[in-house]
Amino acid sequence: MKVGEVMAERLLDVENLTVEFISGGSTMKAVNGVNLQLDKKETLGIVGESGSGKSVTATALMRLIPSPPGKITNGKIHFNGRDLVGISEKEMRNVRGNEMSMIFQDPITSLNPVLTVGNQIIEVIRAHEKMTKKEASTKAVEMLKMVGIPEPEKRLKMYPHEFSGGMRQRVMIAIALACNPKLLIADEPTTALDVTVQAQILDLMKNLQQNHGTAIIIITHDLGVVWELCDKVNVMYAGRTVESTTTKQLYDNPLHPYTWGLLESQITVGIQEQERLPAIPGSPPDLSKSLSGCHFSARCPMATDICRSNVPELMEVQDNHFVACHLQSREQIVARKEGIFNATT
Amino acid sequence: MQQRKGLVLKVNNLRKYFPIKNSIPFKKTTQFVKAVDGVSFELYKGETLGIVGESGCGKSTVARLINQLITPTEGTVEFNGIDLASLSTKEIRSARKSIQMVFQNPYASLDPRKTIEYLIAEPLAIHGIGDEASRKQRVVDLLETVGLSAYHAKRHPHEFSGGQRQRINIARALALNPDIVVCDEPVSALDVSVQAQVINLLKDLQHEFGLTYIFISHDLNVVNYMCDRIAVMYLGKIVEIGSYEEIYDNPQHPYTQALLSAIPKENPFDTKDRIILTGDVPSPVNPPSGCAFHKRCRFATEKCSQMEPVLDTVSTTHQVSCHLFKSLQQKPLPS
Repeated sequence: MKVGEVMAERLLDVENLTVEFISGGSTMKAVNGVNLQLDKKETLGIVGESGSGKSVTATALMRLIPSPPGKITNGKIHFNGRDLVGISEKEMRNVRGNEMSMIFQDPITSLNPVLTVGNQIIEVIRAHEKMTKKEASTKAVEMLKMVGIPEPEKRLKMYPHEFSGGMRQRVMIAIALACNPKLLIADEPTTALDVTVQAQILDLMKNLQQNHGTAIIIITHDLGVVWELCDKVNVMYAGRTVESTTTKQLYDNPLHPYTWGLLESQITVGIQEQERLPAIPGSPPDLSKSLSGCHFSARCPMATDICRSNVPELMEVQDNHFVACHLQSREQIVARKEGIFNATT
Repeated sequence: MQQRKGLVLKVNNLRKYFPIKNSIPFKKTTQFVKAVDGVSFELYKGETLGIVGESGCGKSTVARLINQLITPTEGTVEFNGIDLASLSTKEIRSARKSIQMVFQNPYASLDPRKTIEYLIAEPLAIHGIGDEASRKQRVVDLLETVGLSAYHAKRHPHEFSGGQRQRINIARALALNPDIVVCDEPVSALDVSVQAQVINLLKDLQHEFGLTYIFISHDLNVVNYMCDRIAVMYLGKIVEIGSYEEIYDNPQHPYTQALLSAIPKENPFDTKDRIILTGDVPSPVNPPSGCAFHKRCRFATEKCSQMEPVLDTVSTTHQVSCHLFKSLQQKPLPS
C-alpha cells in the first residue's frame, strides 16, 4: 500500500470509481471513473443535478450500494490507509459509523420511528466503543447538547415524531458524530429544510468542523451551500467529474461549459434587472443508453465534432484545477462563446 | 415593471381553521389548526405577487382558498368584484376558468394513465369548449407555447422529465385562457438548470398573455426574480407586504430580516453576518400570545407578548405588522 506513505495528511483517495446498476438486462453506469481526494479537516462539495451520480458516489464510499442491482465494478477507495473496496463486510462495519459516517437528506426516513432518539444514539456508541449503557447514555446527552438541542436529558427519551425537521437533522448529526469519525458524508443535508433552519444547520456544521476537525463531504445541488462550507468542489455530470478545483477558483474561473451554465443559472438577489435567466437547454441524458463522447455535448453550446465522438479526459489545466473538456482554456471557451453569441444575434 | 391597471382579486380577512378531530366520539372539537388567520391583500392585473414563508405558514392554504378548493372559515375572496363564496357550486366552476393553478410536484399532478393530449384537453372538455377537432388543435398550440412539440401529445407522463412535466402542467393551466395563475412552488422540485428554463417560460407567458400570477415559494431568490410585490407570511398571517425593492432593500419586520439573511452566500468571497433564528416555527394550534413571532424575535419587548400588532403603513405600497418598526428604524442592525 503506497498511499499511507505518500501523503501523510491525505484521508481519502478515490481512484477511478465505477458503479453500475443492472436492471432489466441493461447496464447503467451511474458513476463512471470518479476520482476524489480529500485531506484531513477539509470540506469537499460534490455538486450536480439529480441523476448525476453524486449520491451514488457517496453511498459507494460507505459501501452501501444495494447489491444486486448495484455493484462497484472498478476503482479503489483508499481511506485512512487501506482500500475499502477490498475489505470484508465485517471490517466495513467497523468503519461505518466509527471512522466514516453519513447523514441523509430526509431525517424522518433515516431515523427509526419506534425507537427513542436516545436508544438510537446509544446503539451507535455501543456498537463501536466498549461502554456500559449508563456511560453511553451520558455520552448521548453530551452529543445532543453539542448539536444544540435544548433539554437533552428529556429529549433523549422522546421519539423522532416529536421532533421538528431541523431538530431531527440535528439528531442525525449527533448520531453521525457520536464516535468522532474522521469523515462525515452529508447527502443533501439541508434540502428538506426551510431557509432559516438551513442556516442553523449550516452554522452548526461549520462550528463542528472547526472544533472537531472532521473532514466533510457535502453533496448538494445548491451552490449557495458550497460557497458557505466547502474548500473545494467536484462538479459531476452524468456520472463523471467534469470539473474539480478549489471553491474560489471555481467561482472566479469556471472552465467547463456545464459549470459555467450552472453558475449562470443560479438565481441570486439583484438578478431582477435581467429580463431572462441564462438557462442550460435540454435535460440530463439517460444513462441506461450508451453514450458516445462527452456526456454534456448534447446540451453544450460549444460542442464540436470531437466532443461528440471522444470522451474528454480529466486533465490538470492549471495548478490544482482539473477539467474534462476538449476546450481547456478560458480563452478558448470565451472565444467560442462569443462566436456563438455573435452568430445568433 | 407592470403598471397597476386594475384590481382583479381582493382577499379580505381570510381565515381557515382546520378542526382537530377528537378521538372520543360525540365530543366537540375544541382545537383548531389556524392555518390562515386573517390574510388580506389585493392583486392587480398583470402583476406577480409572491408569497413567501417557512413550511406551515399557510401559504399553500391561501392558494387553495383563492381557488375555492377549500371554503374559508371567514373572510371573502372577491374576483372582479364578485365574492366567490356567494356563488353556487356551478357558478364557482365557471369562475375557476379564470383562476388556474400549477402545483409543486410535477410527478404527482399528472394522471399516469392518461396521454398528454387527454390531460391538456380535459379542462376544455369539462367546460364544454369546442369540439374534438378544435380541442386537438388547441392542445398542439398549447404544447408549442410551452416549448414542447405536437408529437408529445400521444405520450404518457412517465416519458417526460420533471421540467417537461411542469411545462405540461403550465400548458394545462393555460388551456382555459385564465386571468390569474396561482403557482404553488412550481420550481422547487426541479433541478437548478431546469428551474431557470421554467422560470423563463413563466415570464414569457406573462408578457404574451398578460397573466397575473400569485407565486408561492420558499426560495427567496426565485421570488425576488419573479415578483413585483411580495407578501411575507408567518403562522397564518402576513407580517410584511411591499414591492420587491422595499422587501429586499428595506425589510422592516425582524422576521423578514432574518429570512433574507438566511439566504446562502452568493459567492465564496461573500462575508455576510447572519441573523440565526433560534428555535422552530411554533405550532399553529396554539400560537403564542401577542405577536406570533415574539418568541424568536431579537427585539421582542413585553408589549409584543401581550398585544397583537396590526399592519402598519411604511409607505403607500409597503406595510408591516410589528410594534417596533418605528423605533427599530432608528436603530442600526446589531451585527
